[in-house]
Amino acid sequence: MKKYIKDLIVKEVEFPHELYVLLKLTDEEPLPATMPGQFVEVKVEGSPKTFLRRPISINYVDREKNELWLLIKKVGEGTHRLAELKVGDRLNLVFPLGNGFSPVQKAGERVLLVGGGVGVAPLLDYGKYLKDNGAEPVFLLGARSKTDLLELDLFGAIAPVHVTTEDGTEGEKGFVTQHSLLNKEHFDRISVCGPKPMMVSVARYAKKAGTPCEVSLENMMACGLGACLCCVEKTVKGNVCVCKEGPVFDINDLTWEI
Amino acid sequence: MKNPVMTASGTFGYGVEFADFVNLEDIGGIIVKGTTLHPREGNDYPRMVEMASGMLNCVGLQNKGVDYFCKNIYPDIKDIKTNMIVNVSGSSLEDYAECAARINELENIPAIELNISCPNVKQGGMAFGVTTEGASAVVKAVREVYDKTLIVKLSPNVTSIADIALAVQDAGADAVSLINTLMGMVIDIEKRKPVLSIATGGMSGPAVKPVAVRCVWQVAKAVSIPVVGLGGIMTASDAIEFFLAGASAIEIGTANFIDPAVTVKVAQGINEWLDQHGCASVSEIVGQLNA
Ligand SMILES: Cc1cc2nc3c(=O)[nH]c(=O)nc-3n(C[C@H](O)[C@H](O)[C@H](O)COP(=O)(O)OP(=O)(O)OC[C@H]3O[C@@H](n4cnc5c(N)ncnc54)[C@H](O)[C@@H]3O)c2cc1C
Ligand SMILES: Cc1cc2nc3c(=O)[nH]c(=O)nc-3n(C[C@H](O)[C@H](O)[C@H](O)COP(=O)(O)O)c2cc1C
Ligand code: FES
Repeated sequence: MKKYIKDLIVKEVEFPHELYVLLKLTDEEPLPATMPGQFVEVKVEGSPKTFLRRPISINYVDREKNELWLLIKKVGEGTHRLAELKVGDRLNLVFPLGNGFSPVQKAGERVLLVGGGVGVAPLLDYGKYLKDNGAEPVFLLGARSKTDLLELDLFGAIAPVHVTTEDGTEGEKGFVTQHSLLNKEHFDRISVCGPKPMMVSVARYAKKAGTPCEVSLENMMACGLGACLCCVEKTVKGNVCVCKEGPVFDINDLTWEI
Repeated sequence: MKNPVMTASGTFGYGVEFADFVNLEDIGGIIVKGTTLHPREGNDYPRMVEMASGMLNCVGLQNKGVDYFCKNIYPDIKDIKTNMIVNVSGSSLEDYAECAARINELENIPAIELNISCPNVKQGGMAFGVTTEGASAVVKAVREVYDKTLIVKLSPNVTSIADIALAVQDAGADAVSLINTLMGMVIDIEKRKPVLSIATGGMSGPAVKPVAVRCVWQVAKAVSIPVVGLGGIMTASDAIEFFLAGASAIEIGTANFIDPAVTVKVAQGINEWLDQHGCASVSEIVGQLNA
């Protein structure tokens, strides 16, 4: 898939919550082809501390409006800077990067999409893709609290949404792996994106249940292109680059203790 | 060489990773990933940490070994019409020589860059590059089996880089390149642990540029063979500094991560600067500092 370096235009800026920003970017030309689960490397201007680009998942691509969305959690200086962008500003992106989630394998397959925190981001684009291509996605989204649940309405417009919060302010109380849905319904496969402990516990559940499962990793990256070998994850095939061979991996290819 | 801009080993893969962003043939030379006689898995993750104006890495020479390179990678890169140069590392004199000898057989690889300066592997690597005796021994061993252009990459982690440069010149090097990364360390204060898996790593990026310029200046005064300068180059004006310090060509490393098209931009910028200053070529400014 051809990669580009482009200055996209900030078309809209939304704040779903004070900790998060949703950037809707556009371009004069039609946006390049991307796959759900791929990511971009964003250049953060005016912050010497933020020397490297920042990897951010593609949250959604709206082809009709020619928009590419990034859903970002403010954690350090780089992401705080990104949250200060204004409509009309330009943002330099290297994209699309990585392999993305698995394509639809058979018509009507039931795919459980599990997201935690800002890890829900790539699942919106993936859920839409699955729905549009004859699969049946179901979302299971976890967060610390009600205010950390993002884009619920958008997820709901695509497929059924189930929620857990650690403090019980929305949906079932607890972690995603404790949700009653998992005892009631059968899924053909599971895709997960979120904090590592959550992904490990979902992977453990999937392994036990014999359900194929893929996870999207967030290793620290420098180049994003498979050139520097900084972002490696240990796999059954040795150290491989998360930016190029991933970020999505089948749990059987990883060496996690599950 | 088409222009004096090359890519630094370990930062540009095998070149092909960047083919969507630059015409590889517009780059003066591509120095590919560090290659060793035997395959290496490299160090554990985390291998990278960012700092103001730079980064540290401890990749540890992950590569699939020279045989894999010759069989599976060389065919894909041999027809790229620029100087494709292999960076060679090892942990013993025999390994270095054997690896160089295999690459000597490859028709379209006009030169090797001998890495005697990697701070991220336990034995060998930098161990050879920090004494005049070690540096001389490894260059001699390789010179015996390698008859094309031999560039030797020097470490800044030494007391007198000029002495090392002289030693490798006497041992038969055709050129020297410098600097490799500066050894550094970053600590996570909450965990009270080093951030990198092997505690230390090599610093690169704009933060190391003044050190690199100083090293090039000292080495260029000492040796008569060409000097290739690198360390923190992001722009054409950074490159001009290295030429004035005495480098006749430069390499760009970490900057490729920020702008994958930086190489051709710097090459173009150098030409513009030369035009503006009435110079016909880079050679007119190499080492031309005002007294
Ligand atoms: C493939 C991929 C996709 C990602 N997608 C998203 C996304 O859609 N939305 C989003 O908000 N974040 C995403 N991240 C994480 C995001 O890249 C980091 O939060 C960001 O780089 C932090 O930058 P900073 O300058 O704000 O923080 P820093 O000051 O650099 O770091 C603050 C803390 O953030 C964490 N961090 C820094 N860099 C990374 C990194 N590369 N990966 C994971 N954690 C990191 C570290 O724990 C660090 O201590 C993704 C990461 C990867 C690798
Ligand atoms: C991720 C990374 C990997 C590197 N790998 C190698 C290598 O395999 N061999 C080598 O000689 N130098 C290696 N280097 C050092 C660079 O080639 C270069 O000497 C150094 O980064 C300074 O230049 P820069 O500041 O332009 O990056 C590596 C540097 C980085 C950042
Ligand atoms: S970030 Fe450079 S290889 Fe993955």
